[in-house]
Amino acid sequence: MWKYSAVLLAALIGTNSAIAADTAPTDVKINEGEISSSLTGKAGDPASGREWYAGRKLGNCLACHQTTDLKELPFHGEVGPPMDGVADRYEVAELRAILVNSKEVLGDETIMPGFYTFKAGVRVADKFQNKTILQAQQVEDIIAYLKTLKE
Amino acid sequence: MAKSRNSIASILAAAGIVAAGVYGTASAGPDDNQLIVEGQSMVTEAAAPEGVEVEKIYSGWRFRSSETQSLQMDDFENPAMPLVDIGTDIWGTEDGAAGKSCQSCHNDASDSMKGIRAGYPKWSDKRGKPHTLETQINECRTDRMEAKAWKWESSEMLSMTALVGFQSRGMPVNVTTDGPMTKWHDMGKDLYFTRVGQLNMSCANCHEDNYGNMIRADHLSQGQINGFPTYRLKWGGVGSSHRRFKGCMENIRAVAYKRGSDEFIALELYLASRGQGLSVETPAVRN
Ligand code: HEC
Ligand code: HEC
Ligand code: HEC
Repeated sequence: MWKYSAVLLAALIGTNSAIAADTAPTDVKINEGEISSSLTGKAGDPASGREWYAGRKLGNCLACHQTTDLKELPFHGEVGPPMDGVADRYEVAELRAILVNSKEVLGDETIMPGFYTFKAGVRVADKFQNKTILQAQQVEDIIAYLKTLKE
Repeated sequence: MAKSRNSIASILAAAGIVAAGVYGTASAGPDDNQLIVEGQSMVTEAAAPEGVEVEKIYSGWRFRSSETQSLQMDDFENPAMPLVDIGTDIWGTEDGAAGKSCQSCHNDASDSMKGIRAGYPKWSDKRGKPHTLETQINECRTDRMEAKAWKWESSEMLSMTALVGFQSRGMPVNVTTDGPMTKWHDMGKDLYFTRVGQLNMSCANCHEDNYGNMIRADHLSQGQINGFPTYRLKWGGVGSSHRRFKGCMENIRAVAYKRGSDEFIALELYLASRGQGLSVETPAVRN
């Protein structure tokens, strides 16, 4: 019995460990445009972040932001500013706040979605109800990637 | 906001700082091409109607690639034209218990249907709400022909709206938005500016604030509806404006309204009013 639950627990930790330790979206507080501590308590991985950044079903950041570092991929959008040099423009804590809920930092009018918030539009499709666009660790990974984009 | 960014982008571009612009994509803005279909010149840009916050209004045609554009310039190449022919066949075919065809009452479509589509959606006293072409055609079918209503997106309905719409090609969109239509116009306007879905965007975020910009591989237009029903390369067929609204809502991870719902009728009216003065292009071609 004991063995089984340990295995079960390990399995749970294996898939959901990040989620268990994450700050819940409703508990994240943006302070003067900043969130100082990691949403997961862990550092981000820039290589994974690069992947989430470009992934159409994930950040899809490339849909709106031209990014020279990803020039091997086609179709960079131009709805938002290019991300080249963003590491020099923003601190980690500021980037975290922008990603969590852009509206609170860039202004209510922005088209950029909030990636770790439940504040969404009306009529959210069932399968996205009470879900954030990105997981906490994915946000941290993307921040780590953005910090590599120096002039 | 979008405007100031655009000007920064153009200053950078002019200074040669952003040399090629966007990887693998065209650059911003509508192009300057002229839409001439079978010798007839179309109005693809016009002054913004009152209350519409853009510099000018543009047909979606102006944002498409030259390959897509050329498909619409020649009726032999336009992949939607066969539907107009099918519509013509149906027009003359009796259907329903009353033993009538459209032709029995309306004679030649090229006379009786001239200019009709340009004024739709249009108020109906009988319905107590606006008619779209689809609901008007179905009213003739059920009440006058004693035939079954067609489904919104059926090939019969699309053929008929294509045929009827085609009779207005080149004529300016001219819908009425006052009187009993005011309420519907305002409802459509509300919907246009309401943020929906997990991505939390309104129609205006893309089609008013960002037309001319690339969003991934797509060159954003103003989301005009002067070409519907439209042949869409991605659909590999012709679809109604409501189908397009549904697709855009689902892309932003929202539950779309139903085709033919009051919400989409209101949105159709409001969008038509944002395109007042553009030529009807039915049947248009988009990608
Ligand atoms: C739908 C378009 C869109 C998407 C998708 C999007 N953004 Fe943005 N982003 C914008 C716009 C537009 C701005 C500029 C602020 C404004 O004017 O609204 C912006 C601003 C930013 C800024 C501030 C940049 C500066 O120089 O001021 C950062 C950082 C940023 N975005 C990162 C991201 C990342 C990372 C993602 C993906 C997780 C992302 N964005 C996805 C549209 C988008
Ligand atoms: C029995 C006669 C009859 C038949 C058959 C008939 N209609 Fe009609 N239709 C009418 C009448 C009468 C009106 C005017 C209704 C009104 O003004 O309220 C009308 C109106 C219309 C209008 C709107 C015209 C406008 O001025 O806005 C369209 C479009 C239309 N019909 C299409 C069709 C089509 C397509 C068919 C065949 C599927 C069809 N009708 C069959 C009698 C008919
Ligand atoms: C995330 C951006 C985005 C949002 C938000 C959006 N659309 Fe679109 N829409 C597109 C893209 C991309 C296309 C295809 C390219 C184009 O014509 O802009 C398109 C095309 C269209 C077209 C076809 C235009 C033509 O010329 O045939 C219509 C109509 C339209 N949208 C209506 C709407 C409506 C109504 C809403 C709000 C419910 C909406 N869109 C919201 C991105 C968007």
